[in-house]
Amino acid sequence: MTEGKQRQRSLLRGAVALLAAAAIYDAMARSGYFAPALLPTLPTVAHTLFANLTDGTMIGHAAFTLYRVTFGFALAVAVGLPLGILMARFKYVESFFLPLVSALMPIPSFALVPLFMLWFGIGNLTTILIVFYAAAFPMVFNTWSGVRSVNPLWLRAAGAMGADEHKLFWKVIIPGASPFIITGMRQAFLRSWIAVVGAEMIAASDWGLGWVIFDAKEFLNTDVMLASLIVIGLIGFVFERFIFGSLERMTVLRWGMMRAATG
Amino acid sequence: MVPIEINDVSLIYDTPSGKVPGVKEVNLNIGASEFVCIVGPSGCGKSTLLNIIAGFLTPAAGEIRIGGKKVDGHGMDRGVVFQDFAQLFPWRTALGNVTFGLEMKGIPKDERERIAHEQLRLVKLDKFTGSYPHHLSGGMQQRVAIARALAYNPSVLLMDEPFAALDALTRDDMQRLLADVWQETRKTVIYVTHNVSEAVYLADRVIVMTPHPGTVKTEIRIPLPRPRDPLSVEFLDFQKELLHQLGYETGASEPAKANGKANA
Repeated sequence: MTEGKQRQRSLLRGAVALLAAAAIYDAMARSGYFAPALLPTLPTVAHTLFANLTDGTMIGHAAFTLYRVTFGFALAVAVGLPLGILMARFKYVESFFLPLVSALMPIPSFALVPLFMLWFGIGNLTTILIVFYAAAFPMVFNTWSGVRSVNPLWLRAAGAMGADEHKLFWKVIIPGASPFIITGMRQAFLRSWIAVVGAEMIAASDWGLGWVIFDAKEFLNTDVMLASLIVIGLIGFVFERFIFGSLERMTVLRWGMMRAATG
Repeated sequence: MVPIEINDVSLIYDTPSGKVPGVKEVNLNIGASEFVCIVGPSGCGKSTLLNIIAGFLTPAAGEIRIGGKKVDGHGMDRGVVFQDFAQLFPWRTALGNVTFGLEMKGIPKDERERIAHEQLRLVKLDKFTGSYPHHLSGGMQQRVAIARALAYNPSVLLMDEPFAALDALTRDDMQRLLADVWQETRKTVIYVTHNVSEAVYLADRVIVMTPHPGTVKTEIRIPLPRPRDPLSVEFLDFQKELLHQLGYETGASEPAKANGKANA
């Protein structure tokens, strides 16, 4: 089978699964067993989604959520990446930070929301910090593992060719650990995306996809809730498949350091 | 291009089961542009000795001088080629791998790419400059590794069984290629191998080492003209002589007397 055909097939399979799930939902909504206010039909949801997109409110909410998530995620990468590398390179950094990281990591970011609200108030700061908290640990952990798994032969070869610690860092360790670093970024983004919606539900006002869902509950607007969920899922999907997927294709897959997922 | 003096070099490995001598009181003088092969069974310390010369290991006693200068850590007067294909950087193309050392030296981009192209032509890979290592065969990857080690123009080339993981036919090609490269560049080469015919094919002089502890047993000069014919009588005589020195009785495929391995 050609590569194009294979790709078509797997796209088709994915589409069938999505359509089947949608059909089952719609059948349930129309069965009459549930109140239409609690389980709106798909056309209703689609109509609401379309209306909210065209009047700009949904785009505004998504923009706020994206702003918080990218800010928090970028902060987590900026802190987690160097920390993970330093932990792997220097024993004393590792013994200093590892217990702290291990103790903080199991705390769900959502459990910190009320506390952060008291400390930092309602709004961007709290949500960004929650995202940061959720994303930092996968980033640190994966980078730490990645640097430790860098082939020692690369370090030897680079050393023999006169690379100093600084050059070793940028030209060997970072690219050498890139399969783990990219995996870390993927996981960190996923956690960020989950955390931001949760945090917005209680620690945001007026804007944000999480806030919309929570607010809609007051008015029994299940169609708005479902429409927001679709947007949340869609944005997450786009990031995962297109942004991180192409980052992987441009780097570790191209270099043969990681095998592509099979169709 | 420069002579190497190895004076009374010893190294002891600290293992959980006690101290194990790696090499003991090795003395060796290698002339400028000489091609020296070190052969011996596994555990004879030949790789250890090479790693000491490369500066990856520090000897417990003795010293090594390259061109009169004492070895202290690794340096750009030596190029190193390892056995493992994975020594190349997978995130760099063949050209990118070869330019690495020049980049570390701070040579401008145009100049280093010109040199890298030249080196890749020397190992007959000029058509694959843009390929990533995972698209190259094992033999090609080892050629890139040789070009990479030569690119920043070290005076000494250190090679640790570079062709041991290749199939027999490719290995023959690579030996011919290396002999040509050496004749063209006139580097001082120290080449570690356990392959006797490889040593006779390549070396001006073969150093035989024996294990427990790793010491130099003897050395054999190979004054045959190049290119050498591996099927000539003289070639086979040197091979027999080397096998004999290594404790193999010629004509038999099994070691006739217990060598170091049997006691290990």
